[in-house]
Amino acid sequence: MDMEDFQVIDDYLCIRLPEEVDHHKSAYISENADRYILKDRVSNVVFDFSDTQFMDSSGIGIIMGRYKKISCFGGKVFAIHADRQIRRILYMSGLNKIIEIME
Amino acid sequence: MVETKRQQAGPARETGSMKNEMALEFDAVSSNESFARVAVAAFIAPLNPTVEELSDIKTAVSEAVTNAIIHGYENVYGYGRHGEVRPVYCRIREGKVYLRCRIENGVLHIEVEDRGVGIENLEKAMEPLYTTKPELERSGMGFAFMEAFMDDLEVESQPLKGTIVRMQKKLQCGSWIYGGE
Ligand SMILES: Nc1ncnc2c1ncn2[C@@H]1O[C@H](COP(=O)(O)OP(=O)(O)O)[C@@H](O)[C@H]1O
Ligand SMILES: [Mg+2]
Repeated sequence: MDMEDFQVIDDYLCIRLPEEVDHHKSAYISENADRYILKDRVSNVVFDFSDTQFMDSSGIGIIMGRYKKISCFGGKVFAIHADRQIRRILYMSGLNKIIEIME
Repeated sequence: MVETKRQQAGPARETGSMKNEMALEFDAVSSNESFARVAVAAFIAPLNPTVEELSDIKTAVSEAVTNAIIHGYENVYGYGRHGEVRPVYCRIREGKVYLRCRIENGVLHIEVEDRGVGIENLEKAMEPLYTTKPELERSGMGFAFMEAFMDDLEVESQPLKGTIVRMQKKLQCGSWIYGGE
């Protein structure tokens, strides 16, 4: 994962997540996401799971953390291209109630 | 297709009596989280697990091993200061994580042990969404996932001594499949 995986398009920060999202990767993702949220004042965050084959509860922490940062300003969080296993984890943690999960 | 081929090749399936064990010991650092998952996945590969079983088991192992590292030994990989380019290791306690696996009668047994701080209130710790490290953006879903993804979960812990997490999962295929020698 590098800086190209963070892209600002209009009011959206798109994060292309790595193959495996775990505690070891989480600080890097959260820290950089927050930098963009502050610097570019984006109000929405899109998590792109296209490359992701594994995620544990650390990923839930990343998404919840970003949600807390932007939702109070009316921003939204999206999850796209999540496969079956990852969707299951998103639903089990109840994240589907606060973020939008799309194809 | 693959399935048919395998059944033709010699003694295709043992009737589940095969036993196999492994034990690993590694440093409590976060880069070993993926190592542990991959090791367990490779260990059960001869049983031909389904994609879903594999994913369940990897998640459960990842949760238990991550807990040992970040809670048991409080070794975190993150940013000391906002604005730094790369995360750094912050190791509060040196220590090892012990991972033991056994397959017997088609059931996978996994044990993850640490000799770290231990858990004071186990009942509370196992509640979904409960975390003692919200500053690390922990979601408190670790035990809930272990419980959901495995058939059985047992936790033994003693403050200042450490924690052992024991998990079991019956595998659909259950028996060894030989490579066709
Ligand atoms: N190996 C361990 N050693 C010490 N404390 C632990 C260990 N595993 C879990 N805990 C405690 O149990 C709590 C809940 O764990 P978990 O459900 O995995 O959530 P999280 O890791 O997100 O905090 C942790 O916050 C921690 O206080
Ligand atoms: Mg955990």
